[in-house]
Amino acid sequence: MEHAEGQQHPISIYFIVWGLLFVFSAASYAVDYYQLHGMTRWSLVLIFMVIKAAMITAYFMHMRWERLAMVLAILLPPLFIVVFMGLMTSEGHHTQSVRNLYFAQEKFVPEHP
Amino acid sequence: MAHSEATHAVGQLPGMKGFVADWASDQRAFKNVPWGKAMMWIFLLSDTFVFGCFLLSYMTVRTSTTVPWPNASEVFALSFGGQPIPLILIAIMTFVLISSSGTMAMAVRFGYLKNRRMTTLLLIVTAIFGATFVGMQAFEWTKLIVDEGVRPWGNPMGAAQFGSTFFMITGFHGFHVSIGVLFLLIVARKVWRGDFDHERKGFFTSRKGNYEIVETMGLYWHFVDLVWVFIFAFFYLW
Repeated sequence: MEHAEGQQHPISIYFIVWGLLFVFSAASYAVDYYQLHGMTRWSLVLIFMVIKAAMITAYFMHMRWERLAMVLAILLPPLFIVVFMGLMTSEGHHTQSVRNLYFAQEKFVPEHP
Repeated sequence: MAHSEATHAVGQLPGMKGFVADWASDQRAFKNVPWGKAMMWIFLLSDTFVFGCFLLSYMTVRTSTTVPWPNASEVFALSFGGQPIPLILIAIMTFVLISSSGTMAMAVRFGYLKNRRMTTLLLIVTAIFGATFVGMQAFEWTKLIVDEGVRPWGNPMGAAQFGSTFFMITGFHGFHVSIGVLFLLIVARKVWRGDFDHERKGFFTSRKGNYEIVETMGLYWHFVDLVWVFIFAFFYLW
Protein backbone atom coordinates (compact mmCIF):
# COMPACT_ATOMS: atom_id res chain seq x y z
CA MET A 1 0.00 0.00 0.00
CA GLU A 2 1.07 3.57 -0.63
CA HIS A 3 1.39 6.32 1.94
CA ALA A 4 -1.75 7.84 3.43
CA GLU A 5 -3.66 9.17 0.47
CA GLY A 6 -3.91 12.90 -0.14
CA GLN A 7 -4.80 15.62 2.31
CA GLN A 8 -7.23 14.32 4.92
CA HIS A 9 -8.13 16.51 7.83
CA PRO A 10 -11.09 16.63 10.19
CA ILE A 11 -14.02 18.53 8.74
CA SER A 12 -14.18 20.77 11.83
CA ILE A 13 -11.01 22.57 10.64
CA TYR A 14 -12.81 23.70 7.48
CA PHE A 15 -15.84 24.90 9.40
CA ILE A 16 -13.68 26.88 11.83
CA VAL A 17 -11.67 28.51 9.04
CA TRP A 18 -14.85 29.24 7.11
CA GLY A 19 -16.41 30.89 10.15
CA LEU A 20 -13.29 32.95 10.83
CA LEU A 21 -13.16 34.10 7.20
CA PHE A 22 -16.74 35.32 7.59
CA VAL A 23 -15.84 37.17 10.78
CA PHE A 24 -12.79 38.88 9.24
CA SER A 25 -14.69 39.78 6.05
CA ALA A 26 -17.42 41.32 8.16
CA ALA A 27 -14.75 43.20 10.10
CA SER A 28 -13.16 44.64 6.98
CA TYR A 29 -16.59 45.62 5.68
CA ALA A 30 -17.24 47.31 9.03
CA VAL A 31 -14.12 49.43 8.44
CA ASP A 32 -15.88 50.91 5.43
CA TYR A 33 -19.35 50.95 6.94
CA TYR A 34 -18.23 53.01 9.93
CA GLN A 35 -16.17 55.23 7.62
CA LEU A 36 -12.86 54.92 9.45
CA HIS A 37 -10.15 57.03 7.86
CA GLY A 38 -6.40 57.51 7.69
CA MET A 39 -3.97 55.13 9.32
CA THR A 40 -6.66 53.29 11.31
CA ARG A 41 -8.46 52.39 8.10
CA TRP A 42 -5.37 51.33 6.14
CA SER A 43 -3.81 49.31 8.91
CA LEU A 44 -7.07 47.48 9.71
CA VAL A 45 -7.72 46.74 6.03
CA LEU A 46 -4.19 45.35 5.63
CA ILE A 47 -4.31 43.29 8.83
CA PHE A 48 -7.65 41.67 7.92
CA MET A 49 -6.44 41.08 4.37
CA VAL A 50 -3.26 39.32 5.50
CA ILE A 51 -5.12 37.17 8.03
CA LYS A 52 -7.70 36.09 5.45
CA ALA A 53 -5.08 35.37 2.78
CA ALA A 54 -2.98 33.37 5.26
CA MET A 55 -5.96 31.28 6.39
CA ILE A 56 -7.03 30.47 2.83
CA THR A 57 -3.51 29.47 1.80
CA ALA A 58 -2.65 27.57 4.97
CA TYR A 59 -5.88 25.61 5.52
CA PHE A 60 -8.04 25.61 2.39
CA MET A 61 -5.04 25.18 0.09
CA HIS A 62 -3.34 22.84 2.61
CA MET A 63 -0.03 24.74 2.54
CA ARG A 64 0.32 24.16 6.26
CA TRP A 65 0.70 20.43 5.69
CA GLU A 66 2.95 20.49 2.61
CA ARG A 67 6.67 19.81 2.67
CA LEU A 68 8.93 22.84 3.06
CA ALA A 69 10.46 22.37 -0.44
CA MET A 70 7.04 23.00 -1.93
CA VAL A 71 6.03 25.77 0.47
CA LEU A 72 9.15 27.84 -0.15
CA ALA A 73 9.07 27.30 -3.94
CA ILE A 74 5.58 28.81 -4.05
CA LEU A 75 5.59 31.39 -1.26
CA LEU A 76 9.02 33.02 -1.67
CA PRO A 77 8.83 34.24 -5.32
CA PRO A 78 5.82 36.54 -4.66
CA LEU A 79 8.13 38.58 -2.40
CA PHE A 80 9.50 40.09 -5.62
CA ILE A 81 6.12 41.78 -5.98
CA VAL A 82 6.89 43.66 -2.76
CA VAL A 83 10.19 44.85 -4.27
CA PHE A 84 8.33 45.90 -7.43
CA MET A 85 5.83 47.72 -5.23
CA GLY A 86 8.62 49.74 -3.64
CA LEU A 87 9.97 50.67 -7.08
CA MET A 88 6.57 51.69 -8.44
CA THR A 89 5.71 53.76 -5.35
CA SER A 90 8.70 56.02 -5.93
CA GLU A 91 7.98 56.05 -9.69
CA GLY A 92 4.36 57.03 -9.03
CA HIS A 93 5.33 59.84 -6.67
CA HIS A 94 7.88 61.14 -9.17
CA THR A 95 5.29 61.19 -11.97
CA GLN A 96 2.85 62.98 -9.71
CA SER A 97 5.35 65.67 -8.74
CA VAL A 98 6.16 66.28 -12.43
CA ARG A 99 2.46 66.49 -13.26
CA ASN A 100 1.88 68.92 -10.40
CA LEU A 101 4.66 71.05 -11.82
CA TYR A 102 3.41 71.18 -15.42
CA PHE A 103 -0.22 70.10 -15.71
CA ALA A 104 -2.00 70.91 -12.46
CA GLN A 105 -3.26 74.27 -13.78
CA GLU A 106 -6.16 72.55 -15.53
CA LYS A 107 -8.40 71.96 -12.55
CA PHE A 108 -10.80 69.04 -12.70
CA VAL A 109 -14.41 69.98 -11.98
CA PRO A 110 -16.68 67.03 -11.12
CA GLU A 111 -19.97 67.00 -13.01
CA HIS A 112 -21.93 65.88 -9.97
CA PRO A 113 -19.75 65.68 -6.86
CA MET B 1 0.51 18.75 14.94
CA ALA B 2 -0.39 15.15 14.28
CA HIS B 3 -1.30 15.90 10.67
CA SER B 4 2.16 16.99 9.65
CA GLU B 5 3.75 13.63 10.42
CA ALA B 6 1.22 11.80 8.29
CA THR B 7 2.36 13.46 5.06
CA HIS B 8 6.04 12.50 5.44
CA ALA B 9 6.79 9.02 4.15
CA VAL B 10 9.58 6.82 5.55
CA GLY B 11 13.11 8.07 4.80
CA GLN B 12 12.06 11.65 4.14
CA LEU B 13 13.36 14.31 6.46
CA PRO B 14 11.04 17.03 7.75
CA GLY B 15 11.73 20.76 7.99
CA MET B 16 14.86 22.56 6.80
CA LYS B 17 16.92 19.38 6.37
CA GLY B 18 14.15 17.98 4.25
CA PHE B 19 14.09 21.16 2.13
CA VAL B 20 17.81 20.86 1.35
CA ALA B 21 17.64 17.11 0.81
CA ASP B 22 14.65 17.35 -1.53
CA TRP B 23 16.21 19.97 -3.77
CA ALA B 24 19.64 18.32 -3.70
CA SER B 25 18.42 14.82 -4.44
CA ASP B 26 18.81 15.02 -8.24
CA GLN B 27 15.33 13.56 -8.71
CA ARG B 28 11.82 14.89 -8.15
CA ALA B 29 11.92 17.81 -5.76
CA PHE B 30 8.24 17.89 -4.80
CA LYS B 31 7.70 14.66 -2.92
CA ASN B 32 4.27 13.32 -1.88
CA VAL B 33 2.71 15.74 -4.34
CA PRO B 34 1.06 14.50 -7.54
CA TRP B 35 2.52 16.16 -10.64
CA GLY B 36 -0.82 17.75 -11.49
CA LYS B 37 -0.93 19.49 -8.14
CA ALA B 38 2.66 20.75 -8.39
CA MET B 39 1.94 22.11 -11.87
CA MET B 40 -1.25 23.78 -10.66
CA TRP B 41 0.74 25.49 -7.92
CA ILE B 42 3.29 26.72 -10.44
CA PHE B 43 0.51 28.01 -12.69
CA LEU B 44 -1.02 29.80 -9.70
CA LEU B 45 2.36 31.33 -8.91
CA SER B 46 2.52 32.76 -12.43
CA ASP B 47 -1.06 33.98 -12.07
CA THR B 48 -0.04 35.66 -8.81
CA PHE B 49 2.42 37.72 -10.81
CA VAL B 50 -0.24 38.63 -13.39
CA PHE B 51 -2.63 39.88 -10.71
CA GLY B 52 0.27 41.41 -8.79
CA CYS B 53 1.21 43.46 -11.86
CA PHE B 54 -2.40 44.56 -12.37
CA LEU B 55 -2.68 45.75 -8.78
CA LEU B 56 0.71 47.42 -9.04
CA SER B 57 -0.30 49.31 -12.16
CA TYR B 58 -3.46 50.37 -10.32
CA MET B 59 -1.34 51.59 -7.41
CA THR B 60 0.98 53.48 -9.77
CA VAL B 61 -1.75 55.33 -11.67
CA ARG B 62 -3.57 56.11 -8.45
CA THR B 63 -0.49 57.64 -6.79
CA SER B 64 0.52 59.58 -9.90
CA THR B 65 -2.80 61.15 -10.87
CA THR B 66 -3.41 64.78 -9.93
CA VAL B 67 -7.19 64.34 -10.20
CA PRO B 68 -9.10 63.15 -7.11
CA TRP B 69 -9.87 59.41 -7.04
CA PRO B 70 -13.59 58.51 -6.95
CA ASN B 71 -14.78 57.34 -3.52
CA ALA B 72 -15.38 53.60 -3.94
CA SER B 73 -17.59 53.54 -0.85
CA GLU B 74 -20.07 55.90 -2.57
CA VAL B 75 -19.65 54.63 -6.14
CA PHE B 76 -20.50 51.06 -5.12
CA ALA B 77 -23.26 51.99 -2.68
CA LEU B 78 -26.68 50.50 -3.29
CA SER B 79 -30.01 51.55 -1.85
CA PHE B 80 -32.93 49.24 -1.22
CA GLY B 81 -35.64 51.87 -1.17
CA GLY B 82 -34.10 53.91 1.66
CA GLN B 83 -30.65 55.26 2.47
CA PRO B 84 -27.85 53.97 0.21
CA ILE B 85 -25.76 51.34 2.01
CA PRO B 86 -22.06 51.70 1.18
CA LEU B 87 -20.36 48.84 -0.66
CA ILE B 88 -23.16 46.41 0.19
CA LEU B 89 -23.10 44.47 -3.10
CA ILE B 90 -19.33 43.98 -2.86
CA ALA B 91 -19.72 42.71 0.72
CA ILE B 92 -22.34 40.17 -0.40
CA MET B 93 -20.09 39.10 -3.28
CA THR B 94 -17.26 38.58 -0.80
CA PHE B 95 -19.40 36.36 1.40
CA VAL B 96 -20.64 34.37 -1.59
CA LEU B 97 -17.08 33.70 -2.74
CA ILE B 98 -15.92 32.72 0.75
CA SER B 99 -18.85 30.32 1.06
CA SER B 100 -17.91 28.76 -2.26
CA SER B 101 -14.38 28.30 -0.94
CA GLY B 102 -15.75 26.53 2.13
CA THR B 103 -17.86 24.10 0.10
CA MET B 104 -14.90 23.49 -2.22
CA ALA B 105 -12.59 22.60 0.69
CA MET B 106 -15.17 20.10 1.91
CA ALA B 107 -15.59 18.66 -1.60
CA VAL B 108 -11.85 17.89 -1.59
CA ARG B 109 -12.20 16.18 1.75
CA PHE B 110 -15.17 14.03 0.70
CA GLY B 111 -13.30 13.23 -2.53
CA TYR B 112 -10.45 11.64 -0.61
CA LEU B 113 -13.02 9.73 1.46
CA LYS B 114 -14.32 8.45 -1.91
CA ASN B 115 -17.78 9.75 -1.10
CA ARG B 116 -19.01 10.30 -4.65
CA ARG B 117 -22.41 11.69 -3.73
CA MET B 118 -21.21 14.38 -1.32
CA THR B 119 -18.29 15.37 -3.54
CA THR B 120 -20.53 15.91 -6.56
CA LEU B 121 -23.08 17.79 -4.49
CA LEU B 122 -20.49 20.09 -2.94
CA LEU B 123 -18.81 20.74 -6.31
CA ILE B 124 -22.16 21.72 -7.81
CA VAL B 125 -22.96 23.99 -4.85
CA THR B 126 -19.54 25.61 -5.33
CA ALA B 127 -20.30 26.13 -9.02
CA ILE B 128 -23.65 27.72 -8.16
CA PHE B 129 -21.97 30.12 -5.72
CA GLY B 130 -19.41 30.94 -8.43
CA ALA B 131 -22.11 31.60 -11.01
CA THR B 132 -23.94 33.80 -8.49
CA PHE B 133 -20.77 35.81 -7.99
CA VAL B 134 -20.35 36.34 -11.74
CA GLY B 135 -24.01 37.30 -12.04
CA MET B 136 -23.66 39.91 -9.31
CA GLN B 137 -20.55 41.23 -10.99
CA ALA B 138 -22.45 41.55 -14.27
CA PHE B 139 -25.10 43.56 -12.38
CA GLU B 140 -22.39 45.75 -10.83
CA TRP B 141 -20.78 46.43 -14.23
CA THR B 142 -24.14 47.24 -15.81
CA LYS B 143 -25.00 49.69 -13.02
CA LEU B 144 -21.58 51.32 -13.32
CA ILE B 145 -21.65 51.62 -17.11
CA VAL B 146 -25.30 52.54 -17.65
CA ASP B 147 -26.22 54.52 -14.52
CA GLU B 148 -22.92 56.01 -13.39
CA GLY B 149 -21.39 56.52 -16.84
CA VAL B 150 -18.05 54.93 -15.98
CA ARG B 151 -15.92 54.14 -19.03
CA PRO B 152 -12.39 52.78 -19.33
CA TRP B 153 -11.31 56.22 -20.57
CA GLY B 154 -13.17 58.42 -18.09
CA ASN B 155 -15.99 58.89 -15.61
CA PRO B 156 -17.93 61.80 -14.10
CA MET B 157 -16.62 61.25 -10.54
CA GLY B 158 -12.90 61.82 -10.86
CA ALA B 159 -9.69 60.27 -12.20
CA ALA B 160 -10.09 58.58 -15.58
CA GLN B 161 -7.82 55.73 -14.48
CA PHE B 162 -10.54 54.55 -12.09
CA GLY B 163 -12.51 53.01 -14.94
CA SER B 164 -9.58 51.47 -16.78
CA THR B 165 -8.11 49.76 -13.72
CA PHE B 166 -11.53 48.71 -12.42
CA PHE B 167 -12.60 47.02 -15.65
CA MET B 168 -9.21 45.40 -16.17
CA ILE B 169 -8.80 43.99 -12.65
CA THR B 170 -12.35 42.88 -11.91
CA GLY B 171 -12.81 41.74 -15.50
CA PHE B 172 -9.78 39.50 -15.35
CA HIS B 173 -10.89 38.15 -11.99
CA GLY B 174 -14.45 37.56 -13.20
CA PHE B 175 -13.02 35.70 -16.19
CA HIS B 176 -11.10 33.45 -13.79
CA VAL B 177 -14.29 32.75 -11.84
CA SER B 178 -16.21 31.94 -15.03
CA ILE B 179 -13.55 29.50 -16.22
CA GLY B 180 -13.53 28.04 -12.69
CA VAL B 181 -17.29 27.39 -12.87
CA LEU B 182 -16.84 25.47 -16.13
CA PHE B 183 -13.91 23.57 -14.62
CA LEU B 184 -16.03 22.73 -11.54
CA LEU B 185 -18.90 21.40 -13.63
CA ILE B 186 -16.55 19.21 -15.68
CA VAL B 187 -14.96 17.77 -12.52
CA ALA B 188 -18.39 17.31 -10.90
CA ARG B 189 -19.54 15.28 -13.92
CA LYS B 190 -16.42 13.12 -13.78
CA VAL B 191 -16.90 12.47 -10.06
CA TRP B 192 -20.58 11.65 -10.51
CA ARG B 193 -19.84 9.25 -13.37
CA GLY B 194 -17.29 7.46 -11.16
CA ASP B 195 -14.32 8.27 -13.42
CA PHE B 196 -12.02 8.52 -10.42
CA ASP B 197 -13.18 5.21 -8.93
CA HIS B 198 -12.68 3.24 -12.15
CA GLU B 199 -9.59 5.19 -13.25
CA ARG B 200 -11.31 6.01 -16.52
CA LYS B 201 -9.04 7.78 -18.97
CA GLY B 202 -9.57 11.50 -19.50
CA PHE B 203 -10.93 12.71 -22.85
CA PHE B 204 -8.07 15.14 -23.38
CA THR B 205 -4.94 13.70 -21.77
CA SER B 206 -5.88 9.99 -21.86
CA ARG B 207 -4.45 9.70 -18.37
CA LYS B 208 -6.14 7.86 -15.56
CA GLY B 209 -7.85 10.24 -13.19
CA ASN B 210 -8.18 9.99 -9.43
CA TYR B 211 -9.52 12.12 -6.61
CA GLU B 212 -6.36 14.23 -6.53
CA ILE B 213 -7.90 16.09 -9.47
CA VAL B 214 -10.57 17.41 -7.10
CA GLU B 215 -7.83 18.86 -4.90
CA THR B 216 -6.08 20.42 -7.90
CA MET B 217 -9.38 21.95 -8.94
CA GLY B 218 -9.79 23.17 -5.36
CA LEU B 219 -6.41 24.93 -5.45
CA TYR B 220 -7.53 26.92 -8.50
CA TRP B 221 -10.82 27.82 -6.87
CA HIS B 222 -9.26 28.91 -3.57
CA PHE B 223 -6.80 31.00 -5.54
CA VAL B 224 -9.67 32.89 -7.16
CA ASP B 225 -11.00 33.58 -3.67
CA LEU B 226 -7.53 34.61 -2.53
CA VAL B 227 -7.19 37.15 -5.35
CA TRP B 228 -10.58 38.59 -4.39
CA VAL B 229 -9.29 39.18 -0.84
CA PHE B 230 -6.61 41.45 -2.30
CA ILE B 231 -8.93 43.18 -4.79
CA PHE B 232 -11.47 43.81 -2.02
CA ALA B 233 -8.82 45.37 0.22
CA PHE B 234 -6.94 47.43 -2.35
CA PHE B 235 -9.60 48.47 -4.81
CA TYR B 236 -12.80 48.71 -2.80
CA LEU B 237 -11.62 49.53 0.73
CA TRP B 238 -8.51 51.64 0.11
